[in-house]
Amino acid sequence: MTDLRKKLAEEASQLIQEAETQLPGWAEQRLKKAYHEEEGVAETQIKNILRNLEIAREKNKPICQDTGLITFYIEVGRDLQIDFSIQDALEQAVKDATGELPMRPSIVNPLTRKNTEDNTGQGVPHIEYQPMEGDEIKLTVLIKGGGSENVARQKMFLPDEANEIPGWVVDMVKEAGAKPCPPIYIGLGIGGGLDISAKLAKKALIKEPNTSKGEIGKMENKILKKVNQLEVGPMGLGGNTTALGVSIETASCHTASLPVALNVQCWATRTATTTIEAPK
Amino acid sequence: MTKKIKLTTPLKTKDVKNLQVGDQVELSGKIYTARDSAHKRILNNQLDFDLDGAVIYHCGPLMKKNDGWSVVAAGPTTSTRLSKFIPKLLKKHNVRAMIGKGGLNNQAIESLKEHNSVYLAFPGGCAALAADYIEEVIDVKWLDLGMPEAVWKLKIKDFPTTVAIDTKGNKLYKQNKK
Repeated sequence: MTDLRKKLAEEASQLIQEAETQLPGWAEQRLKKAYHEEEGVAETQIKNILRNLEIAREKNKPICQDTGLITFYIEVGRDLQIDFSIQDALEQAVKDATGELPMRPSIVNPLTRKNTEDNTGQGVPHIEYQPMEGDEIKLTVLIKGGGSENVARQKMFLPDEANEIPGWVVDMVKEAGAKPCPPIYIGLGIGGGLDISAKLAKKALIKEPNTSKGEIGKMENKILKKVNQLEVGPMGLGGNTTALGVSIETASCHTASLPVALNVQCWATRTATTTIEAPK
Repeated sequence: MTKKIKLTTPLKTKDVKNLQVGDQVELSGKIYTARDSAHKRILNNQLDFDLDGAVIYHCGPLMKKNDGWSVVAAGPTTSTRLSKFIPKLLKKHNVRAMIGKGGLNNQAIESLKEHNSVYLAFPGGCAALAADYIEEVIDVKWLDLGMPEAVWKLKIKDFPTTVAIDTKGNKLYKQNKK
């Protein structure tokens, strides 16, 4: 076993545990802001969520018992000599984290429904691999529960229908209601093809929402405003905070198409990033 | 406006009959967890546990076994999925309350009205918080169904919930209004 393989597996396992037990700073800030703005039942729900975050952090427990399906986004420096399987190292990390934290085993065969018992499986964890300059590895983990993943949608719009995207998202969020544990995060993938838009929608959930510039930034803010006018509210019990953020990723597409995918994350937006240097 | 009410299981009809949506209920006593597989088994079998005045928690907990069982994480699962079992469940057993997230379908809400039972919401995902209000794992039934699907008998203290559907069929959920 090379030193780098060992280090990658160890750091990835720690990264999963970090993401399972604490939210990114921006996510906690958004919940706190919502808490001050809400009242009544909605205020109570967010108060409980904030208390839950404190307990999870203090006691090193999973934020949610649905410890989710794991996706890794890995950027690997071109100057590194990789003489091992990154897939194997990251699978090891998932198994280790499952035992150590512990995490609920939630991964099954899609047809027989037999549980693999260690949160790995065929194609799980999924890994999005990208080369980058330099001699480091940048690793991001995204963890998603079943409830929020189940309300994901895709639609092939006509090329001139871009202005219909916000309305479509609002309809989907209304239909999803309480199921994805609102307040939610909305990830949109616009462009590419069917497959690319779906991957972009999920990838959108690893970055801080409502930070895009230009037309995309305007659309993010417009969707956030419209979704919060639905008054689905925290846990679907009513209130002004249905979504905490909207994030859009785009790719160029064919002149005849406009693929759009929507992915939803619950308030427990479990994502974390680390940079790994090769051992000298 | 919202009231704070403390209740202890087993619950009587008078305990739940006048609860109103939005009321905050702090529950103490014993509750049973049940998900899909457990509901099927409850409906099709003679039980060696008593659901008279009981509270059922829609939850697939993460447990740890050392000397005995302890709770690691125990947030609610989506109740909407379990709606289809509820009319039969309430016909067969005097279940007075269910705790979950996401709400119930209209048939289930009708059966709550008919049988004087209420639906209490606990915030989804708050697994560490829920575990903090569980004092003890009293017993486990049907562990052959797997950890999340087994029926866990738990002792809770001041478990904080919100009345989301009352015995009149009033509900806080917006998406069901259409």
